[in-house]
Amino acid sequence: MPRMRMNQAISAAIADEMRSDPDVIVLGEDVAVAEGPFKTSEGLLEEFGPLRVRDTPISEMGFLGAAVGAAATGLRPVVEIMFVEFLGVALDQLSTEGAKFHYLSGGLVKVPLTVRASVGAGLGFGTQHSQTLESWVVGTPGLKLAVASGPANAYGLMRAAIRDENPVVVLEPRRLYARREEVTVGEEGIIALGRARPVVAGDDATVVALGSTVGAATEAATAASWSADVIDLQSLQPWDREMVYESVARTGRLVTVEENPLSGGWGADIVAAVAADLFGELKAPPLRITSPDVPVPFGKELEERYMPSSAYVGEQVTELLDTGRVPPPWWQREEITT
Amino acid sequence: MSTPLERRLALQQDRRVRYERMVEIRTLENKVQDLFDEGLVHGTTHLCLGQEAVAVGVAAAARTTDQVTCTYRGHGVALALGLTPVQLLGEILGREAGSIGGIGGSMHLCDPEIGLMPTFAIVGAGIPVAAGAALTAQVRGTDDAAIAVFGDGSTNIGAFHEALNLAAIWKLPVVFVCENNQYGEYSRIDLTTPVDDIACRAESYDIPSAIVDGQDPDAVAEAVSGALDQARGGAGPTLLELKTYRYAGHSRADTAPYRPEGEFERWYEKDPIVNFGRRLVDEGVLGDNGVEEVEAAVDARIDAAVELVLASAPAPVAAMFANVLAP
Ligand SMILES: Cc1ncc(C[n+]2csc(CCOP(=O)(O)OP(=O)(O)O)c2C)c(N)n1
Ligand SMILES: [Mg+2]
Repeated sequence: MPRMRMNQAISAAIADEMRSDPDVIVLGEDVAVAEGPFKTSEGLLEEFGPLRVRDTPISEMGFLGAAVGAAATGLRPVVEIMFVEFLGVALDQLSTEGAKFHYLSGGLVKVPLTVRASVGAGLGFGTQHSQTLESWVVGTPGLKLAVASGPANAYGLMRAAIRDENPVVVLEPRRLYARREEVTVGEEGIIALGRARPVVAGDDATVVALGSTVGAATEAATAASWSADVIDLQSLQPWDREMVYESVARTGRLVTVEENPLSGGWGADIVAAVAADLFGELKAPPLRITSPDVPVPFGKELEERYMPSSAYVGEQVTELLDTGRVPPPWWQREEITT
Repeated sequence: MSTPLERRLALQQDRRVRYERMVEIRTLENKVQDLFDEGLVHGTTHLCLGQEAVAVGVAAAARTTDQVTCTYRGHGVALALGLTPVQLLGEILGREAGSIGGIGGSMHLCDPEIGLMPTFAIVGAGIPVAAGAALTAQVRGTDDAAIAVFGDGSTNIGAFHEALNLAAIWKLPVVFVCENNQYGEYSRIDLTTPVDDIACRAESYDIPSAIVDGQDPDAVAEAVSGALDQARGGAGPTLLELKTYRYAGHSRADTAPYRPEGEFERWYEKDPIVNFGRRLVDEGVLGDNGVEEVEAAVDARIDAAVELVLASAPAPVAAMFANVLAP
């Protein structure tokens, strides 16, 4: 098993799909000659040439729309949106066009498109380049959504996304690009969309994390006096109800760990489903550990507080277990806001 | 220490101050690079080294009641409009002394008093917003105007085209200032854009345009002034293409390996600071030692600003909760 950085794993996944399928093409800003601003298309231009690996102008609506058109007519484009915020200027093509083609063609047209975007805080890119924005994607039927939490699942999810017959968005927490781990490559490394990954096993709670928060949740659970199942959700649309339900039915407690504002965060869907379907099995109210309802700030300490840390996850879960109640978030505890 | 407004008025009245401001921009950008290299700054930054004349020319032409939108490569425009080195460095370093208290960072500056609207980190986003500021002037019947400053690469995004069209049909008092620094990120302009001159894009919107030497602050000021006069007079928008050059890489991490050999050197012959300094000495506006005097004064000012900023407290955690919604 090769050890790779997450950006290398992404390049490798795309390269493997390009080798096996000549319809796979890559589009994005500075993805070809420069091999991607985050080096997520290393070696692709060299191996596959300029017909299939293309630098685009700064025209997200144009090239994402072109990718929708190419996907609908036989290609399998992989589009890079450098920072997920840039999807904002192209969202129509993805959400209102591409996501609806299959439906609006009576099932005759397929859009096997992969849209990759870097997400998240932690690197000091400031308010307009640090959000996670799953919420822009998750409420749109017709789209699938996966979120990588490290090199291995970045590889596996990417390959599954490129093979999928639907438009799939793959979000990549930017601060993990340099993270290294062993990656299972080849067919065995492919991870089915919609399947979560058990990371840590335990009995007191089910901690569901996604992308950048998997690390904090895992660290917290490993260091704590309590024991918990830590589940890396990996896919949000669809999400793995089976694994989450099986775990919560056993532990009786659900915790989500989210790097996004409290309002409208992905955890709300998980909590709502579990509360409705497993009401009788719960020993405590579900706890959502999130960022506050503010734009992502710049200053280093502020940005670090914005993202749920392992220490914070540890404290919140401990208090939930001790009191049987949902503890207030840090910004209420410290009386900064109500 | 002068206020932002005083700094702006001085620049408008005095070409010596324009020279000094260009030196200030360059010195400060170099200082920012040093601070990054020393690991004192979080995040990224986009320097405008080489593009000082654009910033100063625009600020010399615009009134303080005109609104300016600019990009993440905005340190120069902000300083030229009047933002103080302390406000700028404070923001870049995440300190309370920053123009928005340190929660924005390098890409997010603002000072309404001098017409600096919140700067934009999304390519093209400031162009329609400038048209909107011009709409305010038109609806309210003031004779203010707006200026959008944006890069060459931004003219490939829809916002640019939509804003020009809108401004043209409504005859909005806005000047579109494209700083063509030859690159968008790591790609040379001709690899992403089929036309040699951005200015020609105005034609399809029936907007007048001009190509201007962006390395000459006098030429920039004159062109922007002329376009602003037209705009205030009800003639509508103008597109100005300012030919300039980005001396540094796109951002902190970029060493610009894609740049052809000799290109930087060719552009450096047109260096805005060297040439304008020479011109002012020839004209007698600067004395024989004027260049050295300005450099020494600016160095001292920037060193003092760095000291002040390093003594300023980092933005407190509570600051992230302020100003999310207006009361
Ligand atoms: C919508 C959008 N797409 C991509 C980016 C990433 N990006 C930031 S700056 C830049 C290059 C812009 O080039 P140009 O407009 O020429 O301005 P310059 O940086 O040269 O000043 C790109 C692609 C962005 N910020 N926003
Ligand atoms: Mg440019």
